[in-house]
Amino acid sequence: MNESAPNLPWWKDATLRPAIAACLTLSAAVGVFGFSFGVGSVAAGSTVLQTCALSLLVFTGASQFSAVSVIGAGGSIGSALGGALLLAARNGVYGLAMSRRLDGGLGRKLLAAQLTIDETTAMAVAQPDRRSQQVAFWVTGVALYTFWNLGTLIGALTGSAIDPKTFGLDAAFPAGFIAMVWPLFSDPRARVAAVIGGIICLITVPFTPIGVPILLSVFGVLVGLQKPVDAPKLEVAS
Amino acid sequence: MTWTLIILLTLGAYAFKVTGLVFLGGRSLPPMFERCLALIPAAVVTALVMKDTFTNGQDLVLDARALGIAVAGIAAWRKAPLIVVIVLGAAVTALVRQI
Repeated sequence: MNESAPNLPWWKDATLRPAIAACLTLSAAVGVFGFSFGVGSVAAGSTVLQTCALSLLVFTGASQFSAVSVIGAGGSIGSALGGALLLAARNGVYGLAMSRRLDGGLGRKLLAAQLTIDETTAMAVAQPDRRSQQVAFWVTGVALYTFWNLGTLIGALTGSAIDPKTFGLDAAFPAGFIAMVWPLFSDPRARVAAVIGGIICLITVPFTPIGVPILLSVFGVLVGLQKPVDAPKLEVAS
Repeated sequence: MTWTLIILLTLGAYAFKVTGLVFLGGRSLPPMFERCLALIPAAVVTALVMKDTFTNGQDLVLDARALGIAVAGIAAWRKAPLIVVIVLGAAVTALVRQI
């Protein structure tokens, strides 16, 4: 059913409209995250220019938040980079998923790579056919890139105009992190990974350099080594 | 924040994206590896929540942020919109500081 009509340009194809509307709504919502990143980043000591550069160039939210948070707390470049790259690694997996779905030459793929993040991949793989997957990817990518960077700029300008602590804006980061991580907790293994990661962090804070507990928390993912119990059993007898 | 970090992070983040999309394209990773990668945000972002709520440098502290983040957590649990979660977390933290 929901097959799109390939003879129409994508913006005239009524079957694609609900998907496009969903992509745009999501992108606008992510602009709010961009705003909180902008505010928090200048609150943590970045300049407006550095804050905007992070959103324009790095363009993967959790990594940006993590880097700014570690540097703001006094961590080294190495530990800030390490934590941020751990969070960026999953985009490699998204790239694998998207490479099977995107058409185009090398130039287009190099551009698509910059837009390969949680939201673009999620919106694309949710579509029923290859064409709508590509439309969803590009619409979300371009809209989200725009909103994310606009949000960052407005947030950074706002953050440098007010005293962040008076308005509790230092709590905007962890509050944003909570909103980011909560939907993941529907997976029981994610909850276990989160508890282990959180505990490792709190235990190691007093005696490791700032930022290192964030790196160590990654050991929480080892819970993924075990096969999920509720997964469909493909190999019945070995 | 330093420009060195911004440049290194730009290159590193893009390297992951481009490796999956362009260089490895079409291949798949061992399922165990993919499962572990998928769990990174849960473990690392939770650690970031702990760090930004309960620490000050290398000291463990309990201050206004704990209450703010508890309220933000309840809001996230009740599926409140992102903006509500963030504003509640910040507002409650600011309010507790005033008292």
